[in-house]
Amino acid sequence: MRRLINRQPDVVVRFGLMLIPFIAVVIAYMIASEARLSANPNDKLLPGWSTIAAAIERMAFLPDQRTGSYLLLQDTISSLTRLGIGVAVATLIGGIFGVLQGLIPYFRATFSAFTGVLSMIPPLAVLPILFIVFGLGELAKVVLVAVGIAPFIIRDLALRTEEIPHEEIIKAQTLGASTWQIILRIVVPQMLPRLIDGVRLSLGAAWLFLIAAEAIASDSGLGYRIFLMRRYLAMDVILPYVAWITLLAFTLDFALRLFQRIAFRWMYRGN
Amino acid sequence: MTSFRLSSLRTFAAALVATALAFTALSPAHAEAKKDFKVGWSIYVGWMPWGYAMDHGIVKKWADKYDINIELVQFNDYIEGINQFTAGAYDGVMATNMDALAIPSAGGVDSTILVIGDYSDGNDAIILKGKDKLEDIKGQKVNLVELSVSHYVLARALENIGMSEKDVTVVNTSDADMIAAYATPDVTAMVTWNPMVAEILKEKDAYNVYDSKKLPGEIQDSLVVNTQTMKDNPAFAKAMTGIWYETMALMSGGDAAAEAAKAAMGEASGTDLAGYEEQLAATKMFYTPEGYIGFTEGNLAELTQFVSKFLFDHGLLGQDATSPDYIGIELADGTVVGNADNVLLRYTTEYAKMAAEGKL
Repeated sequence: MRRLINRQPDVVVRFGLMLIPFIAVVIAYMIASEARLSANPNDKLLPGWSTIAAAIERMAFLPDQRTGSYLLLQDTISSLTRLGIGVAVATLIGGIFGVLQGLIPYFRATFSAFTGVLSMIPPLAVLPILFIVFGLGELAKVVLVAVGIAPFIIRDLALRTEEIPHEEIIKAQTLGASTWQIILRIVVPQMLPRLIDGVRLSLGAAWLFLIAAEAIASDSGLGYRIFLMRRYLAMDVILPYVAWITLLAFTLDFALRLFQRIAFRWMYRGN
Repeated sequence: MTSFRLSSLRTFAAALVATALAFTALSPAHAEAKKDFKVGWSIYVGWMPWGYAMDHGIVKKWADKYDINIELVQFNDYIEGINQFTAGAYDGVMATNMDALAIPSAGGVDSTILVIGDYSDGNDAIILKGKDKLEDIKGQKVNLVELSVSHYVLARALENIGMSEKDVTVVNTSDADMIAAYATPDVTAMVTWNPMVAEILKEKDAYNVYDSKKLPGEIQDSLVVNTQTMKDNPAFAKAMTGIWYETMALMSGGDAAAEAAKAAMGEASGTDLAGYEEQLAATKMFYTPEGYIGFTEGNLAELTQFVSKFLFDHGLLGQDATSPDYIGIELADGTVVGNADNVLLRYTTEYAKMAAEGKL
């Protein structure tokens, strides 16, 4: 049928179409940047490529004059460490609470409403409370990331656990499995790949909370640098940093998907 | 297949044009004679009179007199206002001399300080927890808004006692969170400004160990305008100057009207008359044009050099800057401090003089 929904672009066309929006944005940027730079060669809002390249060289490949360290590297390590610990803690909490909440009625009755309410509190709104409880150091930033995404992961995994066909649980019981055995042998193996899905979906929010935490009180990190540079409109540094964060986030997402494919092959069997 | 490819190409071409148009909206405003002007301001003791003037018809009165439209827009985020001015979206903004030099001027936007409203005379302070001498700051983590006037105060204070920034660790902290941050146990040293300073000093273990009283005239709070816009539109400069000195005369009158005006300004900044008076006491206001003109005839050249040096040391004059003199600053009498070929910040008293002579 020659209907639009049935027409498939071939590989080359598909690749070309994919590139078009990116190229369009780059060209639009170049036009606007050129217009501003011809009016004011020192314009900071839309710097030219050479200025951006110089900023990248300065931040990534030359040691900082005052501290002697490579700023981009240092910022990346700080941010990824915070993000990694925060997401790991949230994943652990989410995994345990999610499975229990999804499987055990007494546990669900106790915590379901609570996590539901908890997930609706905007973490950024309770920042002063987090500060007073956890201080202003590294701990507070990790906690903000963990608190920010854990409720989502818990609720997501609880729903996935409830979706396990009841017949499976009954069958395991007729074969003599205890609650503990059902958790370990039936629920957890099925839930681990779903947990990775949940983490992947919450990575965007995790970055948001990390950058917010770094903007508020910090001495290094990708978010710290962006908010510091913003003070004097150094878009030549901010734009590469944004691109770098996007790349890191994309890579993390891709790595998790790859891990899921390799570690849980059974999920992909049949398709 | 072909028709689909063509039509999608056309769609993308349209999208491209639309994006390009959206970006063109970002092109800088071309200076010329015009009628509508926008000026940004933010909450600060020395700038509250602008908000009062906007709310009580003084702005409209002067704008009508010169047959132009002036809109004063309040920014919740001080730096965002300056960034908008630098990008060309605003014709003027309230800023400190330091930020004016570091953001618009270093960004190539020729800017003029039309009126200095005041200088900080105690509004910016270094606070230590449980220690009462500045020397005790050595080795501590200091929470402050990095690269701001607070950072400048810290650098000047350390310089005065023979220390440098290497002796402390600076932790960038958002000004909105200073009071909450002070309440946490791991924060022991802080540099910030009013009204946060007044609030924090209420704690019994908080000591003000250094403040801007010791740096008279270095932190100026000004109305900064685009030089080209000002040259093309003297009416704008005249109206802004007129608005300011009428409001100043009103609030310094010492009568019931002055009290009412100050109470309104205090309320708009989240305090009351007493709280506002307290902040005014730490602010050296220039209530008359003569006050401002007299100040520019003093040691302004020396004061600007302290600021240039700080900015240069922190890489804020741009990557091309090879010395603190990289950007020239033209004083009110026409002398230039620094590079005369790259003058991007100017002080003018031309309009203040008109105000003094009653010619506005």
